[in-house]
Amino acid sequence: MAEVSLKGEQRVFMTGNEAVAWAAVAAKVDIMYGYPITPQNEIMHYWTRLAPKYGKRFLQTEDEISAGFTTLGGVMSGRKAFTATAGPGNVLMQESAGMAEMMRLPIVYVIQQRGGPSTATVIYAQQETTLTCFGGNGEGHRIVYSTATHQELFDYTIKAFNSAWTYRFPTFVLGDGYQAKMREPLTIYDPEARGEELVKPTALVGENHKDKQFKHLRNTYNTEDELYEVVMANQRDWDAMAAKVIEWDEKGCEDADVIVLTHGVVSRAALSAYEQLRAEGKKVGYFRPITVRPFPEEQLRAAIKGAKKLLVAESAYGQLLKFVQSAIYGSTIEIVPMLRPGVGITTEELVEELSKL
Amino acid sequence: MQELKENNILQPAMPSSWNEETKPHKFCPGCGHGMILKVLGETIDELGIKDQVVFGCDIGCSLLSWDFFACDSVQTHHGRTTPVITGMKRANNEIIGIAYMGDGGGYAIGSQHLFNAAVRNEKITIILCNNCNYGMTGGQMAPTTLPGMKTETTPYGRDIEQTGAPTKGPEMVAAVAPEGAYVARGTVANLRQAKGFIKKALENQIAGNGISFVEILSGCPTNWRTNAKQTWEFIEKDMAQYFKVGELRTPQKKEG
Repeated sequence: MAEVSLKGEQRVFMTGNEAVAWAAVAAKVDIMYGYPITPQNEIMHYWTRLAPKYGKRFLQTEDEISAGFTTLGGVMSGRKAFTATAGPGNVLMQESAGMAEMMRLPIVYVIQQRGGPSTATVIYAQQETTLTCFGGNGEGHRIVYSTATHQELFDYTIKAFNSAWTYRFPTFVLGDGYQAKMREPLTIYDPEARGEELVKPTALVGENHKDKQFKHLRNTYNTEDELYEVVMANQRDWDAMAAKVIEWDEKGCEDADVIVLTHGVVSRAALSAYEQLRAEGKKVGYFRPITVRPFPEEQLRAAIKGAKKLLVAESAYGQLLKFVQSAIYGSTIEIVPMLRPGVGITTEELVEELSKL
Repeated sequence: MQELKENNILQPAMPSSWNEETKPHKFCPGCGHGMILKVLGETIDELGIKDQVVFGCDIGCSLLSWDFFACDSVQTHHGRTTPVITGMKRANNEIIGIAYMGDGGGYAIGSQHLFNAAVRNEKITIILCNNCNYGMTGGQMAPTTLPGMKTETTPYGRDIEQTGAPTKGPEMVAAVAPEGAYVARGTVANLRQAKGFIKKALENQIAGNGISFVEILSGCPTNWRTNAKQTWEFIEKDMAQYFKVGELRTPQKKEG
């Protein structure tokens, strides 16, 4: 691993998994719990190498169910704690994510998507987007940041801990196998040295001090009405928060005839295609949700107002597409899907598709 | 009166670690949970650890204890109390973590957590109530259902050819846990002894020796459909014959 530190700003060349481990150190995370699954393994590998140098801890658990629930234990005891997984591991972690939604526990999950369904490939996909956004039973809430670059993996991993501890919703960093495994340059830094605040964790239970008031945390309720109050209170908190955490990127949508809409790593190809076609004088726009949950619905509706066609491209068979259809319901814009489950999408392919429209 | 209490001549009506507001408790008449939680409460009082304890409870009847104690408490999912308390203790070892569960939570849906917590010698205390069936969901076969015993999912009696033999949890934990572990099986039919086991299990965690696991044989008259006499006979004879009561592992005395 690269011999670098968080003193000052450092230009580094590393894999996305390594960037996540450094980001967790930079975010002053106390403990990671994890279970091996490709393509997220190196987050644990780098974390376990960094941990003793920075006074951090690690526990390798017996499975992803345990990784999720031990992380919740760490969070409840007032420590910044996280875990990372992919694919079938993401499925197993949804049980703990559901408990985090109900009990408003600020857990952070890093998901490096792989192909599905089932074991499928260990390489790449965007097929865990729906699962990551809506994988719990019931109707819980979670923040999901879909990253596109290693710089974003670093920045949004730090931000994920801040959002989780500020708003007390479980928070996901949604990457993929390409981002996990490839190397590229990024700048790593100590956020506090830059003047960025790190939200401090607080203990929910287990703090022993004078005048202690015991707390009872639960996720079970006796009656429909009791549950309704809890779910609706969470919904109100979510509605009040959503506008503050929504992030998106858009370029050239004001006068565009055709807009390309992507998320995650596919946005890099979309951005290149946009720049290439704009240079040729074509009226193309670019839109990318960074928070896939909460989804930038209003921003998207405003962006597509003057356009005729919307190309939705994703490495999945219609997951982003459904978010978009729901977000712009009532709009008469023609949606052109480009669905490539489990395979990458290149700039050339997007240029070709966009040129047809 | 106060003098009698202070001199331990008269037992206090309730342990001070109990949450008075939620009493009487929610368990069925004749259920063993209340007895186990009573001696646990007394032990917490005696050790003076009320403010350090985090009490975790599982799903099943054990979840009814989520507001039982005047201690920090966390109600989790079915089988997941062991990892939650493990994660807590790993993150903050000042905590005295108690994971409370039934036989389903410990030996079926959460068996991988119990097994691996034992292998890793997690410095937590697990107390498991064995009543030979799933009480909360209406009396189905549990890993601990005795051979031939009738339950909702073994209406003609448990056939061990088809379903396997009842799980001996303490024996399993004792077999895989490293030195430092404390493992015992008590029974609500001998509460004084059970309390001694629970006390040692908490002391073992406080000493940081290793995992502490206590199974307590308990009754479920509601689902067993037994009267008081039959309930006690089943606990004292049938269960105790299959599940041997006693200490299975104690940590070796440290030198000097």
